Amino acid sequence: MAHPLTARGNGAAPRVRRVSPAQRASSIARLVTAVVVGLVMMFPLYWMITIAFSPSADVVSRELRVWPSEWTLDNFRTIFGTFPAATWFGNSVVVTAIITILTVSVNLLAGYAFAKLDFRGKGFVFLLVLSTMMVPVQVLMVAQFRLVTQLGIYGTFWAVIFPSAASAFGIFLARQFIIAIPDELLEAAKMDGAGTIRIFLQIILPLCKPLIAVLVLLTVMYQWNDFAWPLIALKDAQLFTLPIGLLYLQGQYGADYGAIMALALLSITPIVIMFLAFQKYFVQGLARSGIR
Amino acid sequence: MSADTSAREESTGNTAPPPSPAATYRAKSGRPSRQQRSTGAAAGFLGPNLILLGIFLFLPLGWALLISFQESSGFGASGWVGLENYRRLVVDPTFWQSALNTAVFTLITVPLSLALGLGLAVLMNSVLPGRKLFRTLIYLPMVISGIATALMGVLLFDESTGIVNKLLREGGFATIPWQSEGTAAFASIILVTLWIRVGFNMVIYLAGLQGISPELYEAARLEGASSWQQFRYLTVPLVGPSTFFLLIMDVIYSFQVFDTIFVMTGGGPGRSTSVLVTYAYENGFVTRDQSYAAAIGIVIFLVTLVFTAIQWRGNRSRDTVG
Repeated sequence: MAHPLTARGNGAAPRVRRVSPAQRASSIARLVTAVVVGLVMMFPLYWMITIAFSPSADVVSRELRVWPSEWTLDNFRTIFGTFPAATWFGNSVVVTAIITILTVSVNLLAGYAFAKLDFRGKGFVFLLVLSTMMVPVQVLMVAQFRLVTQLGIYGTFWAVIFPSAASAFGIFLARQFIIAIPDELLEAAKMDGAGTIRIFLQIILPLCKPLIAVLVLLTVMYQWNDFAWPLIALKDAQLFTLPIGLLYLQGQYGADYGAIMALALLSITPIVIMFLAFQKYFVQGLARSGIR
Repeated sequence: MSADTSAREESTGNTAPPPSPAATYRAKSGRPSRQQRSTGAAAGFLGPNLILLGIFLFLPLGWALLISFQESSGFGASGWVGLENYRRLVVDPTFWQSALNTAVFTLITVPLSLALGLGLAVLMNSVLPGRKLFRTLIYLPMVISGIATALMGVLLFDESTGIVNKLLREGGFATIPWQSEGTAAFASIILVTLWIRVGFNMVIYLAGLQGISPELYEAARLEGASSWQQFRYLTVPLVGPSTFFLLIMDVIYSFQVFDTIFVMTGGGPGRSTSVLVTYAYENGFVTRDQSYAAAIGIVIFLVTLVFTAIQWRGNRSRDTVG
């Protein structure tokens, strides 16, 4: 009779410890910290949205308010009426789409070559390509500017598209992914008489769906947000992408933040929605490629 | 407890059937001729990419080096001036001010990004209600464009109408001259950078933490180690590879930060927030001293290359360890 009792006593002890005041305090402290961090991270976004829907009197007044005095769409009327926000949005869509299709396709091809084909100088070429991954645009901008001028494409979408599509980070991810596909699978296809191109199209590509998803999402994010090179490559306000439009608007409107925040909100919405929908892919891709 | 980063490897593992012995055997006999055929195929697969990279990356890189040896007058073949542009750099106080600002900015933002990233990763790896939501909130700034982020920074830190100073005024504190005083402007850029950057650091650290066996902590608890001791003597050493990776990535990021500074302060007030990349842009496309800008670009390139090389060496040793 004493034994079961002792056993129960022992069993109860950890349960008592699990809800001990010290541990409850620590889990409350963790939750409070998390809530505070979450609020701090969200505040700039909350504030952007608030200002985007506030009348301009609120924005320039010196009194503190954390809520619009009245909700208004005036700022959106300004950016779509006085400024070509819709055109800028469309430009961003077109430029981002072309760059993404171009760069993801050529990076998949190159990633396959680096992962599965033997050729002379492979290690050297790969190293050369990788060495460009971290080079910032400020190193190349003067020469790239002269290049696109000489090619006669300065100021057009192509001046943004080609230099932006020449990016190596996708090759790195593609090689890493394709190298994990077992060689035996490719050998078996070769037995059946498949050539390199058919192997790529019928075996590699179907297995690469998660890779393609990551590459597309990251490239879209990166190009949609790109600022430094389009700033140099574009000159006509009708051809601006959203980031350059934002800078232009800031130049015109100075401290009237309502319109600026309305356009900023418009510009981040597609990426934020994409991120919320495909968070898993984004996080994996960012963790692997190290960009951003 | 989902190991996010390993999910993709698992998915390839699942779709691939186990290796068939026959295929392995047959493959070996045909190897030499296959390699020859592969070289032609490889050229086809690599070609499009190498053409793009060659024309729009390697060509400008070489061209930039040439331009940096020329004088800044208009387009095309200007006179050769040898190392004159680099000689100017050495005696240009604004260049050194920008280099110093870049170094200080890097030295402040990198350790803070690492510390905040690790702290949040430990918090978000523990038992916590709504953990997924909190993670999402911390990741979110990292997908928002640099320019939108910087404009939010301008909005928050505007000296007269910004919410930060309004809150300070309301609380009876002195307002901070975020735009007219150098140190305050520098601080505002650091705060915005941390807001963007902490999510990426947390992602990498979370992946690192999920690779640590829970039994190690169990053992440490049995030995009577406090939470701090577990953190200090287990967590910190065991996420070492993540710390190394992040250290290099953060250094490169901070070293190259452009959008935030260009939009928030434009390098000002005075030269107090001017960094190498903004100074290069200013020379190239504001004052149009393009050869000088190219020389600054080459300096930026060399520094970047050093850190990239360190990253490779570290990666290779990390790969061989496991």
